[in-house]
Amino acid sequence: MNQMNPEGYTTADGRKIGPVLMEMKNITLRFGGVKAITDISFDIREGEIRAIIGPNGAGKSSMLNVISGFYVPQEGEVWFKGYKRGPMKPYQVARLGIARTFQNIALFDGMSVLDNIMTGRLTLMNSGLMAQAMWWGTAEKEETAHREKVEKIIDFLEIQAIRKTPVGRLPYGLKKRVELARALAAEPKLLLLDEPMAGMNVEEKEDMCRFILDVNDEFGTTIALIEHDMGVVMDLSDRVVVMDYGKKIGDGTPDEVRNNPDVINAYLGVSHD
Amino acid sequence: MPDQLLYAIEAGLNGLMAGVLYALVALGFVLIFKASGIFNYAQGVLALFAALTLVGFQNGQIPFAHLLNAIFGTDLHEFGWHLPAIVAIVLAGGVMVLLAIVIERYVLKHLVNQAPIILFMATIGMAYFLEGLGDIMWGADIKKLDVGLPQGINETIDSVTYNAFGYGFFIDNLDIVASVVAAALVISLTIFSQYSKQGRALRAVADDHQAALSVGISLRFIWVLVWSIAGFVALVAGIMWGSKSGVQFSLSLIALKALPVLMLGGFTSIPGAIVGGLIIGMGEKLFEFFVGPMIGGATENWFAYVLALLFLVFRPQGLFGEKIIERV
Repeated sequence: MNQMNPEGYTTADGRKIGPVLMEMKNITLRFGGVKAITDISFDIREGEIRAIIGPNGAGKSSMLNVISGFYVPQEGEVWFKGYKRGPMKPYQVARLGIARTFQNIALFDGMSVLDNIMTGRLTLMNSGLMAQAMWWGTAEKEETAHREKVEKIIDFLEIQAIRKTPVGRLPYGLKKRVELARALAAEPKLLLLDEPMAGMNVEEKEDMCRFILDVNDEFGTTIALIEHDMGVVMDLSDRVVVMDYGKKIGDGTPDEVRNNPDVINAYLGVSHD
Repeated sequence: MPDQLLYAIEAGLNGLMAGVLYALVALGFVLIFKASGIFNYAQGVLALFAALTLVGFQNGQIPFAHLLNAIFGTDLHEFGWHLPAIVAIVLAGGVMVLLAIVIERYVLKHLVNQAPIILFMATIGMAYFLEGLGDIMWGADIKKLDVGLPQGINETIDSVTYNAFGYGFFIDNLDIVASVVAAALVISLTIFSQYSKQGRALRAVADDHQAALSVGISLRFIWVLVWSIAGFVALVAGIMWGSKSGVQFSLSLIALKALPVLMLGGFTSIPGAIVGGLIIGMGEKLFEFFVGPMIGGATENWFAYVLALLFLVFRPQGLFGEKIIERV
């Protein structure tokens, strides 16, 4: 297993990992005088499950927000698919093929599960405003084709029974799953998951783990995720970035990271001066 | 059939027609409220502004003529042409879209993520600004609006009812046209918001800004779209009311009648706006007819508001509004 090979490598369980899909170069993010992220660089390879971990307030969510365009870093470069990405609005980033979920779930509560997932396909729909308004031929055909794709995702995530239910009525674990479904509906190149298992019970966590692995396996989707549960992270991910106080303190396979003294210090608590 | 009953039926029918016009204004409120959670105080003024612009274009008035004359000592009044109604309507529609873009750019864009009350205040400001702008652009005098809609008594209904009951009903042709237009508008808007890509995006934005951004929806485009549609509905309402009672400042006050309609129908329901409008329109006419004489008349001025008050007490979400249940 050679992770430095630019063409990619094969994992222990035989999955093919491709070349670099996204690269963060020397990212620094400040809020006024507070540095949330200090000079962090790492890359995400095609087909990989990449985790970002760290104690509370380490800057993990900020990092994810930089990738998805919700924050614009003061310094550093973001490279995606071999091109440098200028400062972009979140909706433009989404149109590039980067989908995400949120730590505290951002779904459209008033809409049904089906409609929520359909919004995920907005960026893939082509027919124009007028055709849509008049419900002309192409618009109708398009809607049907997209519905088929969405139904597949619904089957895949096993949420058939709640398709027509307004999202606001669902329990927490299912909401998380619907959010994943909406992100998947966009057929993203890169899927960002912000604490996909936070607040779940053991059973729900196992389900979610299975779905994440299946998504990666079935669709070949590259996944970057933030997670607190160390056990989960170590099982799921191919490579892990460890952050603490806005700085990168470790980067490598789960085994490498586990044995990294800086990481052990950060998690077990050592004074910071 | 006794005369009393016939008169009551006629009053009720006329009430229904008036209710359609209330509903048209209420519809503009509901659209913006659904899409952005803003209660748009400026909706009535938007209708006035649209009607003023329409009349101005139609009569070839020079915009800002009074202002220009006052500053430069010129004597401008009219271009001297008279546009066909359809051209003037399309142009006025264009101005409403332009207005939507300006509102998004100079007002809403700066108020993203603010509390609804702040946005509400902003629309109050917009209402007064637009009122003044309309006056400066087109003058404050009362104008006649005529886009060629049929007006006056409908002869067919008159003669049919006369033959059947010995008493001819007076139904205004304009009211019939307004009902047909309103029905078409509601059906197309409902289909648009339920089944189209932009309609879905619109509902998504109303629900959660952050989530909408993450699935690739441009908030700015959606806002321009919503305000354009509201502007268009305002234009239609302006045409109907303007044809009925002339284009003048009091047109903007019909927005006040839309408030009880909204309380009845629910702020978030398009069919609710229609049904609410019909109930209020018919209710106030029938109430005036039956109860008015007993208590000295003029009940039309307050009936709608009292009804709304009762609804607020017993069913605050309205007939069709969503009941908000908070999970604990």
